[in-house]
Amino acid sequence: MNWFDWLPLAILMTSFMAATIIFMLPEQRHILRSTVNLGAACIKLILIVFLIQVVLKQQYPEIRLEVLPGLDLILRADSLAILFAGLSSVLWLFTTLYAIGYLENSPNRSRFFGYFSLCVASTMGISLAGNLFTFLIFYELLTLSTYPLVVHRGNAASIKAGRTYLIYTLSGGVVLLLGVASLYALGGDIAFGDIERTAALVGTWPELMTIIFILLIAGLGVKAAIFPFHGWLPTAMVAPAPVSALLHAVAVVKAGAFGIVRVVYDIYGIELSWQQGFLFPIAVLASFTILYGSWRALQQSDIKKRLAYSTVSQVSYILLGISIFGPLGTIGGLVHLLHQGLMKVTLFFCAGNFAETLGIHKIHELDGVGKRLPLTSAAFTVGALGMIGLPPVAGFISKWYLGMGALEANMEWVIFVLIGSSLLNAAYFLPVLKRIWFNPQQGQWPLEVINNNRDAIPLLLIPALVTASLSIAAGLFASSILSPLGWAELITLREYLR
Amino acid sequence: MNMILSPIPWLLVIPLAGAVLTMLVPYHWRSPASVVGIFTQLMASVVLWYQVTHYGPQFYAMADWQAPLGIALRADGLATLFILMSSLVASACAFYAHAYLSLQKRAHFWPLLWFLWASLNGIWLAADTFNLYVGLELLTFAAVGLVAFASDERSLEASIRYLYAALLGSMAYLLGVALLYGAQGTLSMDSLAETWHWGPTNQVAVTLILGGLLLKTAVFPLHTWLPPAHGGALTPVSALLSALVIKASFYILLRFWIEFQIYQFLPSLSQLLGALGAGAILWGGWMALRQTHLKMVVAYSTVAQIGYMTLMFPLLVAESSEASLLAYQGGILMLLAHAFAKAGMFLAAGNLIFCTGKPDLVSLAGMSRYRPLNIFAFGLAGVSLMGLPPSGGFNAKWLLLQSSFMSGQWWWIVVLLLGNLLSAAYVFRVFAYTYQETDALDTYKRPKLSLELIALGLSVGSILLGFISVWPLEMISLPGPVMEALP
Amino acid sequence: MDTNLIFTLCGVGLCGIGFFGFIYHRHLLRRLIAFNLIGNGTFLIMVGFAQRGQGVTDHVIQALVLTGIVVAVAATALGLVLIRRWFQLKGSTQLPEDDAS
Repeated sequence: MNWFDWLPLAILMTSFMAATIIFMLPEQRHILRSTVNLGAACIKLILIVFLIQVVLKQQYPEIRLEVLPGLDLILRADSLAILFAGLSSVLWLFTTLYAIGYLENSPNRSRFFGYFSLCVASTMGISLAGNLFTFLIFYELLTLSTYPLVVHRGNAASIKAGRTYLIYTLSGGVVLLLGVASLYALGGDIAFGDIERTAALVGTWPELMTIIFILLIAGLGVKAAIFPFHGWLPTAMVAPAPVSALLHAVAVVKAGAFGIVRVVYDIYGIELSWQQGFLFPIAVLASFTILYGSWRALQQSDIKKRLAYSTVSQVSYILLGISIFGPLGTIGGLVHLLHQGLMKVTLFFCAGNFAETLGIHKIHELDGVGKRLPLTSAAFTVGALGMIGLPPVAGFISKWYLGMGALEANMEWVIFVLIGSSLLNAAYFLPVLKRIWFNPQQGQWPLEVINNNRDAIPLLLIPALVTASLSIAAGLFASSILSPLGWAELITLREYLR
Repeated sequence: MNMILSPIPWLLVIPLAGAVLTMLVPYHWRSPASVVGIFTQLMASVVLWYQVTHYGPQFYAMADWQAPLGIALRADGLATLFILMSSLVASACAFYAHAYLSLQKRAHFWPLLWFLWASLNGIWLAADTFNLYVGLELLTFAAVGLVAFASDERSLEASIRYLYAALLGSMAYLLGVALLYGAQGTLSMDSLAETWHWGPTNQVAVTLILGGLLLKTAVFPLHTWLPPAHGGALTPVSALLSALVIKASFYILLRFWIEFQIYQFLPSLSQLLGALGAGAILWGGWMALRQTHLKMVVAYSTVAQIGYMTLMFPLLVAESSEASLLAYQGGILMLLAHAFAKAGMFLAAGNLIFCTGKPDLVSLAGMSRYRPLNIFAFGLAGVSLMGLPPSGGFNAKWLLLQSSFMSGQWWWIVVLLLGNLLSAAYVFRVFAYTYQETDALDTYKRPKLSLELIALGLSVGSILLGFISVWPLEMISLPGPVMEALP
Repeated sequence: MDTNLIFTLCGVGLCGIGFFGFIYHRHLLRRLIAFNLIGNGTFLIMVGFAQRGQGVTDHVIQALVLTGIVVAVAATALGLVLIRRWFQLKGSTQLPEDDAS
């Protein structure tokens, strides 16, 4: 066993240890808690850097533990795992910073940050899982650790949202469990990447394997908020802003999308999925969700609700990329996993800043906020333009590759979906930007917390600015190997063009 | 093997001696004496575990009186695992009771606990049907005494109901054993298995025995005595009852079912048992969802969990040895995970009730802020009971699912998954109450830290079982009468 | 008709009467007595088996019945204690009717 085989476990453990320590800490030890939190985030980031170097040398660290006879818990870092793990660890650092600022002087921080770390630990587990069984374990753990975050405020609305969240995710979990268990019953433990085994199974039981595919995608689709399973996402908006950021950008919806990537590419294999005709229904469903989400976003007057429906739409770009058969489509889908995360987290940070600094929750209250909070508004603008797909922000790259991929795969209709959704994106973001920058201020701000014409406090402002800059950098330096695009190309070259 | 070297007699003699001793000595000496006893029990269990894993199943005749008149004992892998389980859980509950009860109460608690422990060990180790009967009866007396121990009207009523149900159950069992003896002229489990033949007497006997044991295990629809008894008792007692006592009659049922290969001859009966299990899962879960008192939620959850264990019977099918093995493993793992999770959950629930001073769910508001460690313990136990990963409960359900796939009995899969959702619903319902924020948050009592840590320890045990399941599964796969009789 | 059969039939009859009483009556003492009847019926059946071996009685059965009687006496005693306590607390000899549990 090499030294680097322990890296996945170490990465997982940093978050688990952080969670344990934070749970033990008394409520009033704020500074120590923040230190532990940020320390763990930084250590994790450093470990990820090590892991990237190892994986670049085509070595794949792996560690296993037999939990049931013939069934292992596998932690394995391949290039796809790094993509998700890297995204989450970078965003975790900034979300933690933001959350520390956001929750300053509010109660129950010990509980909040404990579950927050646990949530990231589960995300790490999801990204580093080496087989479906391990994936399932962490996937359910993610549900469990996000529930306390959703109901954190403890009022009637958040308890109700928590219930909706659970009904959706646990039902999805049961469907996924059924799929995973049936696949195991047919073919035993199938590690990610072992697509020959699945191909043999499909040859023997084509109908059963189709049903299992549907079960897996449906189970994962709940977290990925595919239509008609998206209902929980707007409801869960009652949670604090950092939690929304976590749900939308870092962990939950991404876990679902990432799972679908794993199933399509590493269990069934993209070619087999294409031959069996699995991809076309996904493409249709994803396209519909893209348009539907954008359409619903247009109707929302609440900022966070509008962003929530925007997430419903944007996550389906990833699925659209998966369902476009060909390297360009794959790259487009994978790279959007990262880009959407960066841009959406920026938008949520900014929405949180509007609410925390001036008490703004509705879109019509944003009039003239650009002069009052110039930096926050600038970051928001970057995120919004990225969502629309304007260069040089990262979102443009994703859409470009998706479009090229669609042409390559002779799916011209996808272009119309992309154009349509871009128009809709513009329709629900541009008026907001106009209000922010060009409309005059209408009377008093709803609840002005910070006076003296200053912007949000640094802990809230800096994460938003950094993620906004990263969204631009991901677009500008897309040709570098360590950019999201570079890494997505690497994955596509290494794993799916064999 | 003589008395000194084998741990088997110690597992019976020490608890019995402890029971007598703690009745006689002054109050102040009873706890220290019991602590010594607990440690010897733990040591004896570990020694037994070592011997069984290294030298195979152990046999022992008490005081060298041979069967049929003497008390013959045997320890195979299954028995040893149960010894370990009951030693760990009972010790935890004993230490909890020590911290929880007043000196006066405690003094009367110890003799009953030791009787309970002795009868449990007697049942795990018994090699003949009559010793099983004596163990069952002694267990009933100790358990009824413990339920009545809360000494209020509700618990007294519950204990009387419990006593009557249990007496009826043991009488049916005894009658069955008598009929078996009449038909085959032996009481020993091994000789019964060897000379087993399906005559009319045996069928009546098996029906009586099954009926009696189902009643004592509180399998749906014979479960009505359980929730008031388990929900109304003092907290450490509830934990002992739910985690261990109902397992005793289930264990006997399991041994009869497998060792006499009942599964082979009465497949329709096994489907019936499975249907009862399904009923228990759904009804128990539904009732748990409707309770307004915290401990009643937990008690009804026991009814549902018994259903999961009962699901292993229809999955033990003669045609597929692989499916049968999976079902056997899954059932035992479920039982084990439930023992730890339910004990942890009852203790955590007891702590919460101690904090608020009220037994109902509504007064739990704000608890997750005030007692986060305790809520965490409750939650971990809940994870295992819901069958969510990573936990012993999840692994058990996985094995049962695989067994259902393999034997083609897909209808149990539906039950298992529905049960999953139902149990999630009642566990999270409790959670939602603890997350509510209300104005009056300062009127709580603080339980001792040791109480919270014991609850947490047991719950963590049920989670940990999810990572070390291979170990107990190897243990029950050691050669022994059960393994030989499996298809 | 041999003695064995007579014993068995009597035993079964006693068990039946006891079982009926146990289910039918609500008075706690009556139910306890009914339980004792079931017990005695069981012991009678067992004693019947002991007579089978042509003049030689089976000692195992005798030991079992003795143990069984001791256990039944203990059970009755425990039951009586609980019933007495219940009577002291509630002044009633019955349990309240089952609510929907």
